[in-house]
Amino acid sequence: MTAAPETLRAPFVVEFPFTRSLGPVQSAFLTGLRERVLLGVRTETGRVLVPPVEYDPETAAELRDLVELAPTGTVTTWAWNPEPRRGQPLTTPFAWVLVRPDGADTALLHALDAPGPESVRTGMRVRIRWAAERQGAITDIACFEPYGNADAGEEGGAAAGTGARPHDGVFDQPVTGIVTPARLDYTYTPGRAQTAWLHDLAERRTVGERCPSCAKVYVPPRGACPTCGVATTERVEVGPRGTVTTFCIVNIKAKNLDIEVPYVYAHIALDGAGLALHGRIGGIPYDQVRMGLRVEPVWTEGGRYPDHYRPSGEPDADYGTYKELL
Amino acid sequence: MSAASTAGTAKEPVAVVGIGQTKHVAARRDVSIAGLVREAARRALDDAESTWADIDAVVIGKAPDFFEGVMMPELYLADALGAVGKPMLRVHTAGSVGGSTALVAANLVAARVHRTVLTLAFEKQSESNAMWGLSLPVPFQQPLLAGAGGFFAPHVRAYMRRTGAPDTIGSLVAYKDRRNALKNPYAHLHEHDITLEKVQSSPMLWDPIRYSETCPSSDGACAMVLTDRAGAARSPRPPAWMLGGAMRSEPTLFAGKDFVSPRAGRDCAADVYRQAGITDPRRQIDAVEMYVPFSWYEPMWLENLGFAEEGEGWKLTEAGVTEIDGDLPVNPSGGVLSTNPIGASGMIRFAEAALQVRGQAGEHQIEGARTALGHAYGGGAQFFSMWLVGDRPPTA
Repeated sequence: MTAAPETLRAPFVVEFPFTRSLGPVQSAFLTGLRERVLLGVRTETGRVLVPPVEYDPETAAELRDLVELAPTGTVTTWAWNPEPRRGQPLTTPFAWVLVRPDGADTALLHALDAPGPESVRTGMRVRIRWAAERQGAITDIACFEPYGNADAGEEGGAAAGTGARPHDGVFDQPVTGIVTPARLDYTYTPGRAQTAWLHDLAERRTVGERCPSCAKVYVPPRGACPTCGVATTERVEVGPRGTVTTFCIVNIKAKNLDIEVPYVYAHIALDGAGLALHGRIGGIPYDQVRMGLRVEPVWTEGGRYPDHYRPSGEPDADYGTYKELL
Repeated sequence: MSAASTAGTAKEPVAVVGIGQTKHVAARRDVSIAGLVREAARRALDDAESTWADIDAVVIGKAPDFFEGVMMPELYLADALGAVGKPMLRVHTAGSVGGSTALVAANLVAARVHRTVLTLAFEKQSESNAMWGLSLPVPFQQPLLAGAGGFFAPHVRAYMRRTGAPDTIGSLVAYKDRRNALKNPYAHLHEHDITLEKVQSSPMLWDPIRYSETCPSSDGACAMVLTDRAGAARSPRPPAWMLGGAMRSEPTLFAGKDFVSPRAGRDCAADVYRQAGITDPRRQIDAVEMYVPFSWYEPMWLENLGFAEEGEGWKLTEAGVTEIDGDLPVNPSGGVLSTNPIGASGMIRFAEAALQVRGQAGEHQIEGARTALGHAYGGGAQFFSMWLVGDRPPTA
C-alpha cells in the first residue's frame, strides 16, 4: 500500500466589483462629500445621525430631513492600527476612530492620521482632511486629522444638534450609484478523498470510492456517501470509457470559457461509476451527439481533467443501462 | 397533526392578511436595497391596514450574500423593516428561500411563539451577477462548461426522452406565462407583442432550451403579514389560510438522484397534501403557482407534485389545462418565467397563491379559486418548500 498523497492546498481569491444603487439619502451623503459638505439626517425626535440613514432605527420612520454638519468633531473612541492592510484609508500606521461631528448625536467610523498611539485620546478634537480628488465616495474624506490643541470637555464639542443647519440634499449631477469592489482571500483544500482522486487523474486514471453500504461508486469521491451517511474508503477505478446519458448543445459563449460554439456539454457515466460527471464531447459533429453514445476521454498535455470525450466506436448503449444515471 | 387533537395543543391556524410586492424590473437604480424591501413591506402593512407596531417579529430571506455582496444584509435592513427591538431571523435555502422564509414565519405563528409576523424576501440582481456568484473558480475543480442554462438543459432532455414529450411543449408554457404576465402589473416582463411563433423562433441557447423559455433577471421584493385567528378576525380583507406547509431537501448530486422528478419534491408535496386532506390534487386544487425557471419545468413539476401520472405532465400543458382559463391554471401571475428576483421568487409564488384564494389577484384572478398551491425549489433541485392555502381556516 502506497502512502496517501499530501493533501492539496491552493489560494482561492473571490473578487467582484459590486454595484450599489444608493437611494435618496446615501446619494445626497456621498454627493455632499464630493462637494466637501458633510450631511447628517434629523430624526423625528431631533437627534442627528451621521452617516445619515434612510429609516429611523428607533421608530422605523422614513427619514429625509437632511442637515449639514461642521467638518470638525470629537473622537469618542479609537483603536491603533499598527499595520495597515491593502485597501485601508492610509498606508502608514493610523488610528481607527469614531468621530462625532459637531452638531451630531452619533459618530462616524474613519481613520485618524496621527504619529503614534500616544498622540491619540478620546475627546481629542479632529477635522476632516478632504481628498484632493473626490468622486462621491466615503474615501472623499481622506482621513481625519488633529485640530487645535484643546480637548473637548465631558460633553464633547458643540452641543448635539446646535451646529446642524438644514440642507435640501440637492446637488448638481448627484451620484446615484457606486462600485464597491470586494475581495476575499481563502486557502482552499479539497480534502483527503479529492486529493487522492486528483493524484490519480494526473496519471490519467479515474479512481472513485465505493460506499460500503449502498455499493455505489462516487466519482469524484467525497470521502462519504451522502445517501447513507457513512465514510467511503474502498478505492475503485472506473472508466476510462463511458456513456453519454444526457446533454445539451451550447450555442452561446459563456464568460471565461474559450470554447468555440456550438459544442456539446454532456453528462457522462464512466463504466462502473454510480453517477455521471460532466464534460465536453468532441470528435463528432455536435448535431450527431445522442444519448447512449459511447465515449472515451481525450487528454491534453498538462490538463488536470480530460480536455473532452470522443466517440469510442462502440455501439450505442441501451437506454436501460444508463437511465438511472442521467 | 395526528397528535394535535385538542384545541389547547393544536397548531394555531395561520392567516395571510397582507401582501405587498414591488413592480419587478431589471434594475431598480432609484432605490437602495433598504428602499426596495421597505416598499414591499409597506405595501403588505397597508394591505393588512397594520402598522409597524402590530408586527411581533420579522423573518427575511434572500439567496446567497454573494448575489449583492452585502454580508448578512438582514443586519442593515432591520431599520427599514421596523425590526429593531424585535426578533429578526434570516433564512437561506437557495432559490426556494422565498418559500421556506414564509414557512418559518408561518411556523412561528402556528406554534404561538408570535401572533403577527412580517415575512419578506428580496433580490437586487442588478447589484451583481448571480451566475458569477454561483460559479466561483474553486481550485482543482472542473468548471461548469455550459453557463446558466446549461445546468438545466440536460435535465430537460432527460425528461423529453423519458416521456416522449413533443419538443414544442416548452414553448407553449413560455407563451402562456408571458401572456399571463400581461395581466399582472407587478410582473417584470410585459411582452405585449408576444406570439407563439416568436417564442418558437427565439434563439436556441442551450439546446433544447430557447431564449424565450428562460427566466429574466430581476430586482424585486415580496412581503406578507401572517397572523393568528385573532389577527385574521381584524383583517380588513379576506385572509388566506394555510392548510398545509412543508420543506424537504436532498443533496444537489448523489448516486441515484432523479433530476427530472426529485424525491424531495414528491415527498414535500405528499406531506402538504396529507396535512391539508388533499387526496386528488388535480381535482381539489384550483390554482398553482410553481417555480418554473425554464419552461419545461412546468410539465416536470406537474408530475413531481402529483397533478399528473409519471410521463403525462406534458399532456396537461399541451391540452391547455394549465392555461389561465384551463381547469388547473398554473402560474396565472406569469410565474418565474416573467419575474425572477431570485430570493423573492419563491415568496412571490406563495403570495400569488394567497392572492388567488383571497380573490385579490386582479386581472389574473382565477374565478372561484378556493385552494391554491405555492411551490418553490432551488439549489439544483436541492431544496423544496410548498404551502397550500385556502379561503377558509383549516378544520381542526
